[in-house]
Amino acid sequence: MHRVEVRTKERFGDPHAEGILAQIRELGVEAVRAVRSARLFFLAGDLSDADARRVARELLADPVTEVFFIGASDEGDARVIEVHLQPGVMDPVAASAEGAIRDMGIDVRAVRTGRRYELTGEVTDEQRQTIATKLLANAVIENVFFEAHTPPESQSHSYKLKVVDVPIRDLDDAGLEKLSRDGDLFLNLTEMKAIQDHYRAQGREPRDVELEMIAQTWSEHCGHKTFRSDVRLKNRQGNLVEEIPNLIKNTIFGATRELNKSWCLNVFEDNAGVIEFDDEWAVGFKVETHNHPSAIEPYGGASTGIGGVVRDPMGTGLGAKPFANTDVFCFGDVTMDLSDVPAGALHPKRVMRGVVSGVRDYGNRMGIPTVNGAVYFDDRYVGNPLVFCGTAAVMPKSKCTKQRPNPGDAILCVGGRTGRDGIHGATFSSGELTHQHETEFSHAVQIGNAITEKKVLDTILQARDEGLFSCITDCGAGGLSSSVGEMGEKIGAEVHLDRVPLKYAGLSYSEIWISEAQERMTLAVPRENVERILKIFADENVEATVIGHFGSTGEAPAKPEAGSGRQGAGNNSQNETSSPVLRLFYNNTLVGELDMEFLHDGLPRPTKDAVWDVDAKASPAPPKKDNYNETLLKILAAPNVASKEWIIRQYDHEVQGGSVVKPLVGAAEDGPGDGAVSRPVLGSNRGVALACGMNPHFGDLDPYQSALHAVDEALRNVVAVGGDLERTAVLDNFCWGNCNKPDRMGALVRAALACRDAAMTYSVPFISGKDSLNNEFQTSDGQTIAIPYTLLISAISVVPDVTRCVTSDAKKAGNLLYLLGETRPELGGSHYLRAEGLQTGNDVPPVNPAVNVKTMRAMQKAIFAGLVRGCHDLSEGGLAVAAAESAFAGGLGVEISLANVPTAAEFPGDDTPAGRVAKLFGESAGRFLVEIEPEKAATFEKLFAGLACAQMGKVTDTGRIVIDKFIDLEINDAKAAWQGTFDW
Amino acid sequence: MNIKALVLRAAGTNCDVETAWALEQAGFEAQRVHVNRLMETPSRLADFQFLVVPGGFSFGDDVAAGKILANQMLHRLSEPLNDFVEAGKLILGICNGFQVLIKSGLLPWGRVEAATAGCDATLGWNDCGQFVDRWVHLRCDSGTCVFLPQGETIALPIAHGEGKFVPRDEAVLSRLRGGDQIALRYCDESGRPGGQTNPNGSVDDIAGLCDPTGRILGLMPHPERFVEITHHPQWTRRSVPRADGKIFFQRAFEHLRRQ
Repeated sequence: MHRVEVRTKERFGDPHAEGILAQIRELGVEAVRAVRSARLFFLAGDLSDADARRVARELLADPVTEVFFIGASDEGDARVIEVHLQPGVMDPVAASAEGAIRDMGIDVRAVRTGRRYELTGEVTDEQRQTIATKLLANAVIENVFFEAHTPPESQSHSYKLKVVDVPIRDLDDAGLEKLSRDGDLFLNLTEMKAIQDHYRAQGREPRDVELEMIAQTWSEHCGHKTFRSDVRLKNRQGNLVEEIPNLIKNTIFGATRELNKSWCLNVFEDNAGVIEFDDEWAVGFKVETHNHPSAIEPYGGASTGIGGVVRDPMGTGLGAKPFANTDVFCFGDVTMDLSDVPAGALHPKRVMRGVVSGVRDYGNRMGIPTVNGAVYFDDRYVGNPLVFCGTAAVMPKSKCTKQRPNPGDAILCVGGRTGRDGIHGATFSSGELTHQHETEFSHAVQIGNAITEKKVLDTILQARDEGLFSCITDCGAGGLSSSVGEMGEKIGAEVHLDRVPLKYAGLSYSEIWISEAQERMTLAVPRENVERILKIFADENVEATVIGHFGSTGEAPAKPEAGSGRQGAGNNSQNETSSPVLRLFYNNTLVGELDMEFLHDGLPRPTKDAVWDVDAKASPAPPKKDNYNETLLKILAAPNVASKEWIIRQYDHEVQGGSVVKPLVGAAEDGPGDGAVSRPVLGSNRGVALACGMNPHFGDLDPYQSALHAVDEALRNVVAVGGDLERTAVLDNFCWGNCNKPDRMGALVRAALACRDAAMTYSVPFISGKDSLNNEFQTSDGQTIAIPYTLLISAISVVPDVTRCVTSDAKKAGNLLYLLGETRPELGGSHYLRAEGLQTGNDVPPVNPAVNVKTMRAMQKAIFAGLVRGCHDLSEGGLAVAAAESAFAGGLGVEISLANVPTAAEFPGDDTPAGRVAKLFGESAGRFLVEIEPEKAATFEKLFAGLACAQMGKVTDTGRIVIDKFIDLEINDAKAAWQGTFDW
Repeated sequence: MNIKALVLRAAGTNCDVETAWALEQAGFEAQRVHVNRLMETPSRLADFQFLVVPGGFSFGDDVAAGKILANQMLHRLSEPLNDFVEAGKLILGICNGFQVLIKSGLLPWGRVEAATAGCDATLGWNDCGQFVDRWVHLRCDSGTCVFLPQGETIALPIAHGEGKFVPRDEAVLSRLRGGDQIALRYCDESGRPGGQTNPNGSVDDIAGLCDPTGRILGLMPHPERFVEITHHPQWTRRSVPRADGKIFFQRAFEHLRRQ
């Protein structure tokens, strides 16, 4: 084995090492004076020394900026930290290097890589340990060494088939619960009993793999048990207020069905929701969360989160091409003291850096622009950070509906190899995190390789266009168990698990079946197309393997003999079966057999108790104040409001050439945009607007109003840039605490009801959604931290003509500023109260969807007619923040008079602090700040007859934000405050 | 006769579709061809007049950006590529494609040769240490380069992590200057290079480089991302007279048409 160290030449500097040094300082270790880093390569095989030198010189080291060293260099006085991938963890760099070395005509058996850091300064062993574990290495996938380490060539352990039965028929309640717990099944007693009954009726014990598959299919993650439950909503006395059978069916699904939009082409039954784009094309949208993995391993968790959601539209209809990503994150306070971070949780800043890098590296490599997002901060996200990743995709209309495989179709496993990574991800994400999860569930984190997924995407689209497969789905949570299980729901399947390509030997049949290894898709391919489709994949170095076929062969569900297994395909009897069956084989031994009806319909629908019954509590009256400059600066700098340019610039938001409205806008291209607009079809002037709405601070106080706010904000944002409300659909993503607790469940029910009401009133259907429950963190001292009720609403809207799009930055001095929509007096949950250090009540400003939808429709008409020069939605921080953002984004000034601001009928007087503050900073929904050229004002105003619409200011060239005598700020000062928070 | 452009793709290439589209808008017949196909039948390259290596993350930027694809060119495609150059045809490398051209030797000296490839110049990590997406102004300096209107200042977006141009030494830089090979430099709106306008720390603000003949151009910015007015980040603010990225493809087309 040859060891090669590659490092930057002294005179070129080492930006990565400098970045690490800065982060070491952030950890509070001042002793480190300098950091040097080196890349390590280990070449195994019959290479001569000369070969190794040639590889190092021509391939591994850059001749201009780098030097290499063969062997382990002398560290001198420096303290060494080496980080090596654990055996079995996929190493894409090593794989690429292997291929390149062979291209050079040199025979290499295997390559491994590592990283080396040399720290100078008086660093103690303890500090070095901290730096290694907190900063440099991820214990889940990497090993740390404090000297030069050369890894032994990895030995793979072969697997010897051992069929395992799990006795369940004779267990009592306690035994069933113990089995669920010890097996990480995360099933409750009722569910365990249903399984027990099934196997009693079958007259046999379940195989381990059968139990795993049931647990995965019935997991909260895959089964959405809470949302499908029958709810008993009670008041605090315990009296029943309302019964809601099958919560989701009667709220979110129900609204979509009732709205029955003809342009909704594929909703709620596929991996993404799909709407019509034009006569030829359709667009799909899906948003997923990847919270639990990101809590444990932010980089890997977030990157596989984006990788996973990208596969959703790829596996929708007959496959779609992603054209835009969105991301929304929730983190704990990034300024938190390291000592305040609960044991088992990572520091929020580390989580944020890791998550941002993970999304960046995966999304950028996939070549999908990240166009829209948001970040929220709250202390309670410290143990449960939230990572929402979304993907919008385009596909031919003729290929966009949900498909089913035909009996006899080959099951094709395409893409990444299967390893032990990600085992139990689906069930894991259904439980609560504890301080021990960091170690216990490390295997639940998957490791991603974006290039593998890009290759899969490239080739699948070719196969789709040639019409070679009948059905496709992604292999995500639950792995093959989930993808084959779902596809074969109606007709069954036979799978030979020994045929699944593995990253390394030693996996049991059960592990192969449930592994959540990344970048895999499952296809159903008619036999006559198998040869052709395999060629398409082989042509671009994509691994594709036939692992079985759909349809059961008609044999009676037999009882596998315990332990020994039973011969498979050769011994089939030809009895008719009443229900489709899934059969799993390993080396022709039947290792599992499941009745698909039981698997998919046997889950008992739970009944859940919910309570939401709180007293109204008003927020305190704002104190008297003459000047609000400081308040505005504070709100602009608040982490939820502050510029996220540090994140946005790391994402490629223009790849694919469809960018129309970018995430940053304005004269210096650094102001906040409302929604993003892209062209999914090059050459067409139709576009797609994407935006989101969310406010966890409202969620705490009033889940119903909070959900209305989220929908209203998402819709405002797409309308503000030029979207068509009549062709807008929304997605829901609920992240909640433990819904077995009636108060959490009560909040969930209230939010779901609001989603239904909002969908009906705005006439905007939900087309897809996802929930992540049990976001609670058990600290080592037994405390529970539950996240705020967090509902993300993502909107997708067709833009009929992208050349009419509008941005939020102020355009020209002399133009008139209008405020649309009513301002209400309530201040609950507002940034104003936070900035002033005042306790909030639960008086979230109520939303009036019936009126707001009229304002939005009129706004849309105005934009389509070309009457609007600028449009900014009012959200966090209200009018003052929106006006400041428009002003500094445009490099101009604004002058506003509060007297003209349209208000609700009951509103405190302008001369009272309450009235003034509500107008300046109130966060009522349904409002837009609009810039109109004077000559178009009359036409514009006509569109708003009968609606709240008033000219209350104008754009100036003074470079000042002036609101009566209450605010007078230089735009540069306001911008500096807004940009300073995340100037990382 | 149609003028044919080959858009070379590999695992991880991700700007090939819009690059092909931009080429078609300029009049080319554009074909996206996987490097595996070209390695199977290297003679196919001779059917084309224009080779474009588009942006992306070929092979995930593993080892170094563009390195693995460059290695394939060096060891599997050197002959047809050198023939292509000698035939007076055009080559354009955008972003990752620029990295590939540098690491395969096509830039700066116009020859694919394993012993010397990458020895005189490289594209290293941005000074800020991370990926950056933003718009920049560029001054078209070279009169030799067939793709560029000399003397004009244009706007294009960049999106890269490894775009810092570094020549081996002052002698190389002088030779590049002397040969009129410094095609594009980061500058401000009025065309003044230097200072804050340099997004990655490139030596001498170099954003793009051509070979001594001017027929091979590599650049970090993305011309294919500014072929519509609505691509410009300020098109909603003011009238944008021209989509600057189009010029590259139009001039290449005109050059080949004249021949």
